[in-house]
Amino acid sequence: MSPRRRLLLSACLGVLPLLAAATAPGPVRAQGTIRIGMTAADIPLTHGQPDQGFEGNRFTGIPLYDSLTMWDLSQGERPSTVIPGLATEWSVDPNDRTRWIFRLRRGVRFHDGSAFDADAVVWNVRKVLDREAPHYDPRQVGLTATRMPTLRRAEKVDDHTVALYTSEPDSLLPINLTNLFMASPAHWERLRQQHPTAEATWNAFAANPSGTGPFRMARFVPRERVEYVRNPDYWGEPKARAERIVLLPIPEPNARTAALLSGQVDWIEAPAPDAVPQLRARGMQIFQNVQPHVWPWQPCFVGDSPLRDVRVRRALNLAIDREGLKQLLNGMMVPAVGTVPPGHPWWGNPSFRIRTDKAEARRLLAEAGYGPQRPLNLRVQISASGSGQMQPLAMNEFIQQDLRSLHVNVEFDVVDWNTLFTNWRQGCQHATARGAHAINVSYSAMDPFFGLVRFYDSRMAPPVSNNWGHFNDPRFDRLVAEARNAFEPEARDAALARLQAAGVDEALFIWIAHDVGPRAMSPRVRGHVQPQNWFVDLRYPYIQQ
Amino acid sequence: MIRYLIRRILYAVPIALAVGFVCFMLVQIAPGDPINAIVPADAPGEVVEQVRRDYGLDRPLPVQFGIWLAKVAQGDLGRSLATGRTVWSDLSTAIGNTLTLAVAAALLGFTLGCVLGGLAGTFRGSLLDRVAVGAAVAGVSVPHYWLGMVLVVIFSVQLNWLPAMGAGPGGSSDWAWDWEHVQHLVLPAVTLSVIPMGIVTRTVRGIVAEIMNQEFVVALRGKGLTRRGVFLHVVKNAAPNTLAVMGLQLGYLMGGSILVETVFSWPGTGLLLNSAIFQRDLPVLQGTILVLAMFFVALNLAVDLMQTALDPRIRRA
Repeated sequence: MSPRRRLLLSACLGVLPLLAAATAPGPVRAQGTIRIGMTAADIPLTHGQPDQGFEGNRFTGIPLYDSLTMWDLSQGERPSTVIPGLATEWSVDPNDRTRWIFRLRRGVRFHDGSAFDADAVVWNVRKVLDREAPHYDPRQVGLTATRMPTLRRAEKVDDHTVALYTSEPDSLLPINLTNLFMASPAHWERLRQQHPTAEATWNAFAANPSGTGPFRMARFVPRERVEYVRNPDYWGEPKARAERIVLLPIPEPNARTAALLSGQVDWIEAPAPDAVPQLRARGMQIFQNVQPHVWPWQPCFVGDSPLRDVRVRRALNLAIDREGLKQLLNGMMVPAVGTVPPGHPWWGNPSFRIRTDKAEARRLLAEAGYGPQRPLNLRVQISASGSGQMQPLAMNEFIQQDLRSLHVNVEFDVVDWNTLFTNWRQGCQHATARGAHAINVSYSAMDPFFGLVRFYDSRMAPPVSNNWGHFNDPRFDRLVAEARNAFEPEARDAALARLQAAGVDEALFIWIAHDVGPRAMSPRVRGHVQPQNWFVDLRYPYIQQ
Repeated sequence: MIRYLIRRILYAVPIALAVGFVCFMLVQIAPGDPINAIVPADAPGEVVEQVRRDYGLDRPLPVQFGIWLAKVAQGDLGRSLATGRTVWSDLSTAIGNTLTLAVAAALLGFTLGCVLGGLAGTFRGSLLDRVAVGAAVAGVSVPHYWLGMVLVVIFSVQLNWLPAMGAGPGGSSDWAWDWEHVQHLVLPAVTLSVIPMGIVTRTVRGIVAEIMNQEFVVALRGKGLTRRGVFLHVVKNAAPNTLAVMGLQLGYLMGGSILVETVFSWPGTGLLLNSAIFQRDLPVLQGTILVLAMFFVALNLAVDLMQTALDPRIRRA
């Protein structure tokens, strides 16, 4: 080898370690500002119990705060499961199944530097459940207590252990607790010195919050924007990769799309299905994944409702052309064949297989006495828009047209979203139902209470909860009780699967669609994980420099 | 004049009461429930009732209205049910933003309207007249939310010349009169200006044409007055009626256009009302409508006084 070649080879070999060092995984460097256009018309509340539905939890809950238990949002291949958050382990007291013991994570600090401990947990439970507590906030009650229906109180066992008490044995509590975010008591007390009332203090806290989450709030302009910076001291791994997150309320879908296409934002929630081809053509990334969300018709089971007949309910489930509906939405839905999709731990093994089979639907309708001579007339209460309602007018009109071939005449009673969910609490016997045989309110199926129990348990009939159709079957009450009393996760999932399967067999809903949580992003956004969940983890995405 | 002023100010009191009452009753009569601003759709009945008690929404309607009225009399518009912030804090920011947009749209619309209307009235029957009338008819006929979306598609999405939404790169709180911020104002102001432009064009055209046919104009011309001199006389005679129309239009613009502000995510009173309506946020709704109604009353009074100043023949006694 000539000296010249030897020199070249040595130089190449010398460069190799440098190249290796440059490409090896090292500590993650924070990158860029991500500007997100939300669907909300206002910034969701930032005091620790967000409003505006799950979009609130997604953007002003999880990034700023943590809960005792959390959703695993790190992958999108399987349904999200509950994992340890600020609690590392939990179990029910074998001698008193209304008492749960939660062991707390050590070394966690709030953004203001104060320590997270058992006192903080008790304080946060009292803020919504103890009317005598000085920091009790009625505004947070509605946003929290509703999602933890059996939790009654908390008690400190030691600095790193708390006992939580429920009104009845309830194996669903650890799932419910993903909704109780831990705010800093020390920070609140400091603000209380400067404000005359607890309400004013909570408002000050909302403008200057302190949680334990992966981001800290840096700027808050009411109704316009909220900005976060990454929390380098976050207790969990990985830490946030984006340096800064800017959240902007842009309620109008076309305005969101235009903002993304003109480069004013990097990420938009829920682009209109019509805009997706254009977004793709302009190089935008479209993310979607099946969500624990159900877009159904919920039947009325009392009075002269034709949906009292299981044959009619099954026929409607078989008659709906879900693939056609999917085309209408540019692919932005997953056909629903139950409350959860097949393969989910709560799917079970229903014997009634929901599919599109118009011949069988026609046969079942004929058996129930409906056909060309005696059409089935249905009245369904729907909204023209609304959170989680997808494209209610277009979707319902598609179904209306589709069902006409089976001599099913559907009449819609269109009300606004606020009215629809007020009516949902009143039940189908109430005057507000105006004779509707079904109601079209979408719901979350992430938590078994909200996805199954409140519809199938006869005690959940209005005004208690959302069993709008007054469904009442002791067999289902027993299945609910079994699920609530199964404290091992596997046994609980098996009990929930039996409940889900029984619901499908009885066709207790007309299941139509699952939302896919569509979001569009600029090609500069990297690292985003789209889980099978309503929430996302903002620690993952970053801006490609 | 002072007596007239006092009388007009006193008229505002029953107007305020009527506006507050009608708004309160409309929200109560409308389907839906103000409690939905605070509790989610899936809240159990027990929690809903507890929160309703906590907020005093379980009290009889006259009591609720009385409490609100007593607070308003002390200058307290209450707190938003949804956010807990004072209504005034949100409303004052929103009014400032709407004022910025309304004044920009008014300047544009009124200037164009006066110029087009003046030319059309002076040269009636000409091509210029037909163009001006066409522009005026288009201005009042085109739905401005549609126009807004078209402008966004052309100037933001395709050409990337102007921003599509928002009130500045950092929000309205750090608004400055530089191009970085003002460019956010261009598209919403143009969109909002088309209706006042159309109305003012038609009004000015009609008034100018009528004045031009009057004998005093012929006399002025006969006396050898220059075209500029005749023009000034016509302007002075047309001003009071034009001013009245402009005052009304400015009032409408100040009310904030719900549609235009929503299309451009402009954080003004229109967007505030939009979210308050959907959330049934009663205190925000009542407070905003009351303040806007009072603004309208004040604006009408100001226009009346200006009309008197411009034309002493209009007496206010």
